[in-house]
Amino acid sequence: MTSPRVRISVICALAALAVAIPFLFGPYRVGQFTLVLVYAVAVLGLNLLVGYNGQISLGHGAFFALGAYSAALLIEKANVPHLLAVPAAGAVCFVAGYLFGIPALRLRGLYLALVTLGLAIAFPQLIKRFDGLTDGTQGLTVAQPVAPSWLGLADDQFLYLLVLAFAALMFLGAWNLVRGQLGRAITAVRDAEIPAATLGVDLGATKTRVFAVSAAYAGVGGALYVFAIGFVAPEAFTLTLSFAFLAAIVVGGLATISGAVFGALFIEFVPVYASDVNDALTGVIYGGVLIAFMWLLPEGAAGLLHRVRGLMARHRDRREWASEEKDLTPEGGAA
Amino acid sequence: MSLLEVEGLHAAYGPVRVLQGLDFSVEQGRKAAVLGPNGAGKTTILRALSGMVNARGRVEFDGQSLVGKPTAEIARRGVAHVPEGRGTFGSLTVEENLRLGAYVRSDGEEVRKDLHQVYGWFPRLGERQGQAAGSLSGGEQQMLAVARALMLRPRLLMLDEPSLGIAPIIGKELFRALGEICDEHGMTVLLVEQNAGLALDFADHAYVLESGRIALSGEADQIKGDDDVRRSYMGY
Amino acid sequence: MERFVQVLVDGIATGSIYAAVALALVLIFRSTGIVNFAQGEMAMFSTFVAWGLYEAGVPLGFAVLSTLVLSFLAGMAIERTLIRHFEGGEVLTLVIVTLGLFILLNGLAGWIWGFENRAFPSLFPDDAVDVVGVRLSVESLGIVAVLLGVVGLLFLLFQRTKIGLAMRAAALNPESSALVGVRVGTMLMLGWGLAAALGALAGVLVAPRLFLDVNLMGSVLIYAFAAAALGGFDSALGAVVGGWVIGVSENLAGTYVDFIGADLKILVPLGIIFVVLLVRPAGLFGTREVARA
Repeated sequence: MTSPRVRISVICALAALAVAIPFLFGPYRVGQFTLVLVYAVAVLGLNLLVGYNGQISLGHGAFFALGAYSAALLIEKANVPHLLAVPAAGAVCFVAGYLFGIPALRLRGLYLALVTLGLAIAFPQLIKRFDGLTDGTQGLTVAQPVAPSWLGLADDQFLYLLVLAFAALMFLGAWNLVRGQLGRAITAVRDAEIPAATLGVDLGATKTRVFAVSAAYAGVGGALYVFAIGFVAPEAFTLTLSFAFLAAIVVGGLATISGAVFGALFIEFVPVYASDVNDALTGVIYGGVLIAFMWLLPEGAAGLLHRVRGLMARHRDRREWASEEKDLTPEGGAA
Repeated sequence: MSLLEVEGLHAAYGPVRVLQGLDFSVEQGRKAAVLGPNGAGKTTILRALSGMVNARGRVEFDGQSLVGKPTAEIARRGVAHVPEGRGTFGSLTVEENLRLGAYVRSDGEEVRKDLHQVYGWFPRLGERQGQAAGSLSGGEQQMLAVARALMLRPRLLMLDEPSLGIAPIIGKELFRALGEICDEHGMTVLLVEQNAGLALDFADHAYVLESGRIALSGEADQIKGDDDVRRSYMGY
Repeated sequence: MERFVQVLVDGIATGSIYAAVALALVLIFRSTGIVNFAQGEMAMFSTFVAWGLYEAGVPLGFAVLSTLVLSFLAGMAIERTLIRHFEGGEVLTLVIVTLGLFILLNGLAGWIWGFENRAFPSLFPDDAVDVVGVRLSVESLGIVAVLLGVVGLLFLLFQRTKIGLAMRAAALNPESSALVGVRVGTMLMLGWGLAAALGALAGVLVAPRLFLDVNLMGSVLIYAFAAAALGGFDSALGAVVGGWVIGVSENLAGTYVDFIGADLKILVPLGIIFVVLLVRPAGLFGTREVARA
């Protein structure tokens, strides 16, 4: 593959670009990119579950909503400082995900999809039901983090960078996870359950743990959403959101970390551009693009990039071998 | 000209080449057997002929090429393939399984007569007409699979290891009955079998397959009688 | 007492509509092995087509019949052109494709007919009859009768005809089916066509009761999922029984249990899905292997 040095320099370049964004664009754009980061965190969590662990969840939006409302209530009604609200939301969702996972994960593919679908639909209704706590359909306005004056940044810029910091942490965490013991267990479960079990991987525990982690990521994303938007209402967390997250991971690329970013870009910008093209046709364009991606690019954007890198690497290797051969055999002659 | 002519048949599962250029033929009304140890590629031959596996080479059935045709079309041409593992529809009844065998036929009255005839040949199937096929014993399911193939009124009957997984006594009985039926109707048969004894008694002509190629070809009686051949190729 | 019977019959009528969509889901699940998340939107689209024909002056009965035929053809076309490409592949891919189809059809209907709601005429007269001393609406009785008729026809098709047998075989064992000359692809197309027609029927039956708009089948689909889950995704009988149970319990709960208001009603089928899948994933009539993880 690509050498570690190239890898690191690419990552550094991308990181620099990411940090530069708030200074290159106006507040509206920066806001959009902030949302991209928010979604990327949530999508990353879903990718761990679906891409790496092979389980289908149509209910990711519900955990996102849970995280958002938890953060909103903690900040507005319990006066918890913003920075603490994020891990708190993550923890709440971890527990919720774990509890939901225990019974739900005994179900196979489509049945799990159905149950999580139910969760995604039920949650907004539950939010409305408990309107004593959540202010129901009215929604809850939440104070957003304000840029400290000594930094000299505008609010939207500060917000973006704050979210970026959290997102970077979450990405690092995921990267670590995938490479560690749990990560190997996760992919082993996806690829072949029975052999994994014989190798000592505790299927039930692994699956539940992944579900909980993925819910936690959604929860953190939800909390960051509250930072970015400053307002929560049940309408923001409908089934469409869960669909969008699912679309994001397949468009971005299953079982890839980078795919989460591509996917997030997709779900943030495509609906906007679709409605620019033709307001009424948004659904048609969005649905059509989804199907087109599945048809033409089932590995997602990240998968395509992977293949391109692979091709380039092989090309470069072949040239290297050929030149080595020439050095060894003065008579010449390539492979 | 033979009913089935195969020349240079190559077949592979991905990178693994199983058939490395086979030549054989089956004449109308004759019964041919392909023998050989496990892994030699016997099942692959039938799968290739039925279009279930990618193959290249020349395969002509009654003068028409079969290569590249989809399985259903090959069946519609009158090639009945009794697959490895029998392929019965477990949750359908015995009678439904048999009727499916005659799916491509449009002569309803004759189908009814054939059904009757099949129950005559295999009374046990008649007894279990309305039962789910999956509830039958291994031997009975094999009978059902063969009977289903016969319901097509095939021009070529292909059998993949019919003796596999059933008790020896039942296997012997099955072959005996099958031999009678085929001789009575002048059926053209291509049999793939691991049990050389049963196969050589049944067939007119035999081929021995070794590592994807035909190693030996001859009349069944001769091969049966030739001790050297039997010892080196069949181990008994 | 009379009220109770009315609520019961009404529930069976609504349940029949859920059953029709559930039957469509089961049909596709048995033949292609996937849950068609776009089933409801396909039905909604068909209902709009029926409405369009009716508005153009076609008599209602004829408009509905034509819609059923057109939906059948459309279902076949969707299988052949879109779904065929993904068959045998990853489950997740197919989920996304049917979801994509959902979004696409929803948007397309909105683009063609707009997002406002409109009225849809009922196939039945707005009348009531006396049955054993209880006044029951003709519409409810009519819907139940239609469903029973459809179930009867499907039974005859699958159990008594050659092509029905072939469709069952193709769903059970595509390889063996090919060996007897069944064109499996064609059988799948027929399955999707039938499912689409069933969905369209459900759509025209339910539209008079709700408003016809792009979200017509949204909640109906959830109820249908619940019915299929309850009955067992691979059981047609289960779809019908499940539909009726769900319809009746929804109606009873709505009438007699106070704290379930209008927007919480959707929690009833969701709750049922959850409980069924946890306690007995195969549903009442399904086969056990299908659902276990």
